[in-house]
Amino acid sequence: MRSGAELVRGALSLVQGLGVTLRAMVARPVTVPYPRASATLPPGFRGWPVLVREPDGAVRCVACGACARACPSQCLRVDAAAERGSGGRRRPQAFLLDISRCSLCGTCADVCPAGALAYSRVRCAAARSRDAFLTDLLNMPEEAP
Amino acid sequence: MDTIITSDSGLLVMAAAAAVIIGFVFVNATALGYIERKLCGRFQRRHGPLEVGWHGILQMPVDGVKLIAKQLVVPHNVAGALFYAAPLLALAPVALPFLVMPFAPRLQVIDMEAGVVFVLAMISFNTFAVFLAGWSANNNYSMIGALRAVAQNISYEIPILLSLLTVLFLTRSLSLRTIVAVQSPLWHLLRHPGILLAAVIFFIAAIAETNRAPFDLPEAESELTAGFHTEYSGIAFALFMIAEYTCILVNCCLATAVFLGGWQGPPLPFGQYSACVWFFMKAYALVFVIIWCRWTFPRVRFDQLMNFSWKYLIPVALGNLLLTALTAQL
Repeated sequence: MRSGAELVRGALSLVQGLGVTLRAMVARPVTVPYPRASATLPPGFRGWPVLVREPDGAVRCVACGACARACPSQCLRVDAAAERGSGGRRRPQAFLLDISRCSLCGTCADVCPAGALAYSRVRCAAARSRDAFLTDLLNMPEEAP
Repeated sequence: MDTIITSDSGLLVMAAAAAVIIGFVFVNATALGYIERKLCGRFQRRHGPLEVGWHGILQMPVDGVKLIAKQLVVPHNVAGALFYAAPLLALAPVALPFLVMPFAPRLQVIDMEAGVVFVLAMISFNTFAVFLAGWSANNNYSMIGALRAVAQNISYEIPILLSLLTVLFLTRSLSLRTIVAVQSPLWHLLRHPGILLAAVIFFIAAIAETNRAPFDLPEAESELTAGFHTEYSGIAFALFMIAEYTCILVNCCLATAVFLGGWQGPPLPFGQYSACVWFFMKAYALVFVIIWCRWTFPRVRFDQLMNFSWKYLIPVALGNLLLTALTAQL
């Protein structure tokens, strides 16, 4: 047999537990009925990377390829070309991201010397084939925050 | 006589009363199923059913139709007739106690002299059905669930009887109508501290008796898949669920009548009938507490379950009965 004090403590803990669930019952639900409403993203949310653009619409990317080399999932490919008439600066011709392989680690944005990559706030992607996930970030609408 | 059925009422009145009771059983199970799922959601900070109808209110009827339409999958080597009889046997007896429940002064189907005994006997019948289901299904999970159910129900029947005896000593009647009628100025619960303790013991034992969490060992899904109703599908499964919800309400009605003053409450117009509002409010408040407990407490171990009844509840209930019987007469 347990001691009386232990029994009283146990009974009080049961009441305490009931209090916890009662508070949860009157609180607002934290889930949302998904297709008709979506949860607000936390401020630090990291979606897959997007290219940062200057106010005139030009990408900052200098096509050095550091992101593609650093990517642990090897899901980036940068095709570079020298742009005529701008002092021979390299510009990306295609900036391919395979969304289906990206692990959202953010290493690409960390290593970028030009600060040309940012985290987007996109979190949904659907396609009918694997190839369709291969996205050219140059053609994507601006989604960087 | 103030009851609906008297010694000279015809067959038609009896059939009508039975039909109303059966209808009430099904409506209650549907409503409680919805309330339970909604409350479960709220306790876990979810929404619960939302899609079918306003705030998901039609979810349970839709589920019921689905279960009725589903194929009954019967495994090989089940004990034929017994396998089919078990779900029916689970539901039929637990619906009968409503016949003797005094919902309001003039709203009681029949007033039995031994009403309390009748209710307890019918609730115990549920154990029989559960055991039959587990035995006939030819499945080890079902069998273990059934054995647990029997052991658990035998153990918790005793504290239920002892705690009810505490009140029956004072009322000196087994008729539920008389028990409610004598609580006119003051509920039994408030009359004596011993009765308050008896009510708490009754409530704990009633949760165990209805196989509800935290005492839902017979259908512990993490260990036994679904326990005694593992092999039941479609409407057979639905009958077990309806029986469970009916059993909960019967236990809460019994607690309401014996401890909480039944229909007693502030006077209402047409009080001879409308006083059932108070009865149902008290009964469903108790149902809420049972659901609340289910979604708060984790399941106990089987040895803890047995120890709790035999080492704590029964000695305390026995001592409480003696003390109350001695002091209440002074």
